[in-house]
Amino acid sequence: MADAPAAKGTRGTAEVGEVREVREVSVRGAITRALDEALGADERVVLLGEDITDPGGGVFGVTKGLSTKYGSDRVRDTPISEQAIVGAAVGAALGGLRPVAELMFMDFLGLALDQLANHAAKLRYMSGGRTPVPMVLRTAVGGGLGVGAQHSQMLEAWLTHVPGLKVVVPSTASDARGLLHACMADDDPCVFIEQVPLLARRGLIDDTPLSLGTADIKRPGADVTVITYGRQVHEALAAAESLAAGGPDVEVLDLRSLSPLDTEAVLESVGRTRRCVVFHEAVVTGGFGAEMAALISEALFGRLLAPVLRVGAVPTPLPYAKSLEALALPGTERLLAAIGHLASYGG
Amino acid sequence: MASLDDESMRSIYRTMVLIAACDDGLRSAISAGTVTLAYYSPRGQEAVAAGFGAALGPDDYLVTTYRGLHDHIAKGVPLRPLLAEMLGRAAGTGKGKGGPMHVVWPDAGLMLTTGVVGSGLPIACGLAWAAQREDRRDATARVALVSFGDGATNIGAFHEACNLAAVWRLPLVLLCQNNRYGEHTAFAHHQRTERVSDRAAAYAMPGLTVDGNDPLAVHAAVTEAADRARAGDGPTLIEAVTYRLYGHVFGDRMAYVPPDELDAAWRQEPVARFRSHLLDTGVLSEDAAHLVEQECAGLVADTLEEVLALPEPDPHELLTDVVASTGG
Repeated sequence: MADAPAAKGTRGTAEVGEVREVREVSVRGAITRALDEALGADERVVLLGEDITDPGGGVFGVTKGLSTKYGSDRVRDTPISEQAIVGAAVGAALGGLRPVAELMFMDFLGLALDQLANHAAKLRYMSGGRTPVPMVLRTAVGGGLGVGAQHSQMLEAWLTHVPGLKVVVPSTASDARGLLHACMADDDPCVFIEQVPLLARRGLIDDTPLSLGTADIKRPGADVTVITYGRQVHEALAAAESLAAGGPDVEVLDLRSLSPLDTEAVLESVGRTRRCVVFHEAVVTGGFGAEMAALISEALFGRLLAPVLRVGAVPTPLPYAKSLEALALPGTERLLAAIGHLASYGG
Repeated sequence: MASLDDESMRSIYRTMVLIAACDDGLRSAISAGTVTLAYYSPRGQEAVAAGFGAALGPDDYLVTTYRGLHDHIAKGVPLRPLLAEMLGRAAGTGKGKGGPMHVVWPDAGLMLTTGVVGSGLPIACGLAWAAQREDRRDATARVALVSFGDGATNIGAFHEACNLAAVWRLPLVLLCQNNRYGEHTAFAHHQRTERVSDRAAAYAMPGLTVDGNDPLAVHAAVTEAADRARAGDGPTLIEAVTYRLYGHVFGDRMAYVPPDELDAAWRQEPVARFRSHLLDTGVLSEDAAHLVEQECAGLVADTLEEVLALPEPDPHELLTDVVASTGG
């Protein structure tokens, strides 16, 4: 895979140095663009998944136009066979291609987990480096759409538990494009998680290449760090803004990739604010927030002014009824309560 | 087979002898307590491996399974790194970090050995897809062969892979080594079909059953399937009926095997059988056969001795090769 294409915008005006072109697109459009750019730049890039060819271009239209542009040999529909999809991606990677597979919903991970956890993740190590697996698995999460318990789960903690896998969750259009390029350029298996309610969110695209394992301070603040990722970044930003007049000054740290993890950025931010809440869509129990809390406690025990709090979904299968789903998923209200609790600790 | 010259047949015999010698050497070393490993003996299945090995080129991909020593040798994995891996030595195919169930040797086309029953099949589809996308045609085109047991034909991965291979017309040879047992369960107790190859019809691909103790029959079937794959005509399911003479794993007392059945299987033991065939047809002389057997036994003994003296991986290797950035 080629590196992310260089900035195509206007560059290097005489007075102010580099100016990058900025364009507003949806998260969906940004992902499509990254795939398009990769397919255009590198013949080895291939796409496979259920219903990904035109006219539909995937159930969420993310691959729309690509089979028409690059042919249905390179952008290939598969039977409904998740194990075969992920396994074929592993094999294609072993055979020198750079496959990007689509798993329609993350909830179907269980159908393909052997291929991902026992094979994609381990083949580099078990072969002493002879057989790396450069592949990307894109997968969608429908939490918040009212699609029930089998089409809504954020299961990133299943994956971060497996050494050898990389796990990426974008929050903005620009990050989605940059991070997907980073995944496609990476020589290890990467899982790229697309939360469906985020797909329509529009934003400016910055062409600066991104690397995996770099968190991003989406809002600087002095009193409390909210560690989050994916669509919860926007809820955290809303919560922070609602407190702007007189409340605690909240920093929003977007992890962007959970594995590799930007430990330095986490410890720098929390070391400074000394109060932290981890905020994610996944169920709290055994979730990635637990890993964050442990990491922070181990490194900053004496420095913290308050215990690390976690805000996530309640430990139930996600209910269907909209009122119950809203209660189950974490939102700004529960985040604000946690921030308020943290602020009650002196310092 | 008419297509095989005498030299090729002698070469197949040598491969079978080397596999059996290697198996013998490892079982002896485990029995003597010289080495410790979970060992899945391929004894009895030498003809399948030697047959397909001779039918494939070094560029062709192979995916196999934990009972894979015979496949590894037949595909051309050098003995030293192979045995070193089995013994957890740094000079092994995976620096001693994979073990006997995870041998790979891309130089010989061996891309995967998996310890999970059936899981190699979807991966072989991906390799075949990569081969299909290469700009090579006909005789020079690359194919993938995936080797698996009868037990694997009951797992979802098998069915998903067969279907995908058929739908995509992949250059894939699906070779079932039907050794009559899935772990400790006899064939008749784990599936209703009389022949694994009957299942090919469900995917509209050719399926055939051959005598897996006859390397020439296996060679002919794999050659034909590989030719079909190279020509762009898609996958073939081959069932090679054979027998697992030492049970599932080393130490298996085989209490679940009727003694008469085992006796009969030993009477069909493929190495001795092929030896007789070559002697009867004048391809090999008694002296020449003896020479090959001595040479292979010596090679295995020497290599085992050499590998035993090699060091285990350096402690720093614990953390290498996890991801690209951890080096290796």
